[in-house]
Amino acid sequence: MRSDRLNDIFAALADPTRRAILARLTAGEATVTELAEPFAMSLPAVSKHLKVLERAGLIARGREAQWRPCRLEADPLKEVADWVEGYRRFWEQSQERYDRLDDYLRQAQGKEEPDDQTTP
Amino acid sequence: MSDLKVVADPGTHEIVITRTFDAPRDLVFKAFTDPEAVAQWWGLRGSETTVDELEARPGGRWRFVQRSGNGGEEGFHGVYHDAVAPERIVYTFEYEGMPGHVLLETITFAEQDGRTHMTDRSVFQSVADRDGMLQSGMESGAAESMDRLEEHLAKG
Repeated sequence: MRSDRLNDIFAALADPTRRAILARLTAGEATVTELAEPFAMSLPAVSKHLKVLERAGLIARGREAQWRPCRLEADPLKEVADWVEGYRRFWEQSQERYDRLDDYLRQAQGKEEPDDQTTP
Repeated sequence: MSDLKVVADPGTHEIVITRTFDAPRDLVFKAFTDPEAVAQWWGLRGSETTVDELEARPGGRWRFVQRSGNGGEEGFHGVYHDAVAPERIVYTFEYEGMPGHVLLETITFAEQDGRTHMTDRSVFQSVADRDGMLQSGMESGAAESMDRLEEHLAKG
């Protein structure tokens, strides 16, 4: 993934209002007025947030001039998840490798498994 | 509880891994430099590692082959630059699935109260190489993509 694209997505996700808007859109399409309801915010302020989300590709808006319902676009979120997944896997693999070394070192020292229930 | 830390500052060529082991450093050093010991723990869970060669001295070579449960084989090799028992090992590391991407790994062991604190510093040839390693968890990532390619080819 291009890093400027990632920058746009993470910048869009860095705001709690925008995350709340995305969360609302998981329930289905909504108009700007509907999206503005839970927030103490003017419609233009909400529109600004929507523009950021749209530029990041996280939402798409309908064509009808007055109606223009917003809907969630899942693909960029998937890309973010994949990006994070790579790091998670590296971390888990490192954990796994050194846990195996722990096992070896325990055996080499003639120590019991830590989960062994026998009392000393 | 493991105290594993992985530090990879943005835009640098390095990954620094630290971890404490509940064993004296003589034993930890041996775990990294004795062929029989390495074969017992090296690699991912569910895989088996064969040590082709391991000569932990300046100029000595190493090559390990990791066999995964599904029969896949991954080779890794390099050359020791230094091995000072029981405190330090320096070697190059190259994954044979991505030849030409060589990193330099320095592992140091410090002992305190019978426990060993390891610092494993890998220096890559480029930021892109470093990020590639971080991103894919290189070995399994490559293995998985080969599996996917096989699946794809099998579908015709």
